[in-house]
Amino acid sequence: MSETDVLTPTADVGGPQQPLLEVKGLSKHFAVGGSMFGKRSTVRAVDDVNFAVHKGEVLGIVGESGCGKSTTARLIIGLIEPDAGEIILDGELVGSTVSLRDMRRAVQMVFQDSYASLNPRLTIEDTIAFGPTVHGLAADKAHARARDLLAKVGLDPAQFAQRYPHEMSGGQRQRINIARALALAPRLVILDEAVSALDKSVEAQVLNLLIDLKDEFGLTYLFISHDLNVVRFISDKVVVMYLGEIVEAGPVEALFTDARHPYTRALLAAMPSHDPDARTQEAPIAGDPPNPIDPPPGCRFHTRCPFAEAVCSENAPRLTATGTAGHSTACHMVEPASGHTKAPAPAPAEQEIVECPT
Amino acid sequence: MTPLVDIRDLSVRFTGERTVHALNGVDIALARGEVLGLLGESGSGKSVTLKAMLRMLPARRTVITGSINVSGRDVLAMDEHELEGMRGGVVSMIFQEATLALDPVYTIGDQIAETYVRHHDSSWAQGRQRALEMLDAVRIPSAKRRLDAYPHEMSGGMRQRAMIALALSCSPEVLLADEPTTALDATVQIQILLLLRELQREMGMAVIFVTHDIGVAVEISDRLAVMYAGKIVETGPLRDVMRNPSHPYTRGLLASTIHGARKGTRLEAIPGAPPRLDQLPQGCAFAPRCSLVGADCRDGDIAVVPRSDRHAVRCLRHAAEQEARSAVA
Ligand SMILES: Nc1ncnc2c1ncn2[C@@H]1O[C@H](COP(=O)(O)OP(=O)(O)OP(=O)(O)O)[C@@H](O)[C@H]1O
Ligand SMILES: Nc1ncnc2c1ncn2[C@@H]1O[C@H](COP(=O)(O)OP(=O)(O)OP(=O)(O)O)[C@@H](O)[C@H]1O
Ligand code: SF4
Ligand code: SF4
Ligand SMILES: [Mg+2]
Ligand SMILES: [Mg+2]
Repeated sequence: MSETDVLTPTADVGGPQQPLLEVKGLSKHFAVGGSMFGKRSTVRAVDDVNFAVHKGEVLGIVGESGCGKSTTARLIIGLIEPDAGEIILDGELVGSTVSLRDMRRAVQMVFQDSYASLNPRLTIEDTIAFGPTVHGLAADKAHARARDLLAKVGLDPAQFAQRYPHEMSGGQRQRINIARALALAPRLVILDEAVSALDKSVEAQVLNLLIDLKDEFGLTYLFISHDLNVVRFISDKVVVMYLGEIVEAGPVEALFTDARHPYTRALLAAMPSHDPDARTQEAPIAGDPPNPIDPPPGCRFHTRCPFAEAVCSENAPRLTATGTAGHSTACHMVEPASGHTKAPAPAPAEQEIVECPT
Repeated sequence: MTPLVDIRDLSVRFTGERTVHALNGVDIALARGEVLGLLGESGSGKSVTLKAMLRMLPARRTVITGSINVSGRDVLAMDEHELEGMRGGVVSMIFQEATLALDPVYTIGDQIAETYVRHHDSSWAQGRQRALEMLDAVRIPSAKRRLDAYPHEMSGGMRQRAMIALALSCSPEVLLADEPTTALDATVQIQILLLLRELQREMGMAVIFVTHDIGVAVEISDRLAVMYAGKIVETGPLRDVMRNPSHPYTRGLLASTIHGARKGTRLEAIPGAPPRLDQLPQGCAFAPRCSLVGADCRDGDIAVVPRSDRHAVRCLRHAAEQEARSAVA
């Protein structure tokens, strides 16, 4: 790779119609526990997950703790190996047509913990220049770029370039992590709870910044968060996960105003009210999420679902097109002839099982 | 009537390499049965306020001035024995992490029984009976069986319920809640909030509920107090503060929350970051971030001014801004 390559994003191959990222049949299971009695259990952290992120879009991934959001992200950037499935970047299969190394430049990640992801012994400028230098950019150019990016994320280079991470606030450190992610001119940035640890007033600043940078650099985001307000604000499309599986996916407004899956509805109804005269009167569902080790058979939500019927613990529902274009739900109540009493009558032509939501 | 909790001009400094001015003149008056939401960003002094009320701060490195009265008694004058009687009895506390309150080596039933017996001079059997009642009250399924469970054998939401059962077992007059739902999943958080609301009503206790989440504060509070850099900058009935936020910081905080923000619009963010507590600016601590700041804001202490009956704000210009806004409207 030549020097200047590092400063420009890898070329667009398939044009605007082709998704920047496609994830097909992605699965990752972890074997856990059992050393004492020899019994190994399995955490199905990510189980047959399919989605696509189109160029210039923001895809939000939501779901409760342990549902597999971070594992999905780690699989995409190749930090861990999938048990099954394909990751396709702009039409090219990662690991064969696209090398892992190229993929790691095109896809960058920002994590929640702004401090842990920074080397405490490097100055801010060195931190940002590190990646481009490793990828072959001359030191002086890498540093010039670092200072450029500092300004872009709203930190005056004259004031901050020579500081160390511990001399910065949480919001400033997260800006540095964003600048570092942008240093390799990525096309896709995965933001894993990137604003979750920030104070509300600072979170708003960083969200504004992310939107500006996306426009300026033509970026595509995969935005992981448990905060539905934030996801609604920033995403074009949203995927809802429960115990390693996608239960619903679709355009953001369809999902927030016309959610079909009982779990998505419960998540939305569980959001605290901001209106003193409209406080929540009843919890939408009882109980805790089940243990991700050996999850329930059939629909994994059946142990908490108010609409569960016999079929729900027997068969796993498939993602089925519902409502607005691109909106799909995995629930026996929307799947034609599933055997659930609320299921629609057998398939009219346009009711099809979708392979790849969004 | 004197309030149940009466905190006046409370200041807390931590000494050491650098002196941290964590609280800088906090006043809180809490009536019996009232729920106060204490809202503020990280480091604003919320937890220190609660810990000071239970005298849980490291004695050697902490300088406390001002006064704390609970139920007519001077907390800062109590000796160790009196403090023991107050903690878990008159005043008890719940935390973000249940592990801070629960002992890993004892069963839940035994921990509640032990606390009850210690404060009531009753038999062990009565203590165990109380434990069972409390596990029922916090809706732990099959409470009888759970009495003999250890904390690590419970799920996160269940542990949080067990901690609440322990804290309420002696029917405290005041419950101090330090972000007890922050670490929970959304569908569990709302269950615990509703449970607390219900138990508070039944038992008639006063609550100070610390949170940085406005939605959570709205769900639980009768009154709000907004903290910034170790001071309460605005306080008032929930509706008044939410409908008529008057301090520039409160207004910024409400405006910058993403709740209901329209996609494609810019969020109104407060510029800058909170001040360092070892280098507090003179005058109003919010001045470096405030769009209304004037020279007089940096002079000396800013007084609290009433806006209405029980709604008060610590700002020199809230009235000017209010007028400007109504002129525009
Ligand atoms: N290396 C690992 N070994 C064993 N189990 C793992 C490993 N990594 C993740 N898991 C498990 O996989 C499941 C999914 O974890 P993941 O971190 O993807 O969840 P998440 O949705 O990101 O949750 P959170 O909101 O808490 O970040 C969890 O049950 C987790 O405990
Ligand atoms: N024991 C201590 N020694 C020194 N400084 C302390 C100590 N405890 C708290 N502080 C400091 O006092 C300030 C107020 O802390 P406090 O824990 O009350 O914040 P908070 O409002 O509860 O924030 P958060 O939302 O992060 O919990 C912080 O700057 C903190 O670093
Ligand atoms: S498939 Fe059954 S259990 Fe699952 S969400 Fe639908 S109704 Fe509920
Ligand atoms: S006192 Fe002055 S600086 Fe402080 S909030 Fe009011 S106007 Fe702003
Ligand atoms: Mg995660
Ligand atoms: Mg705290």
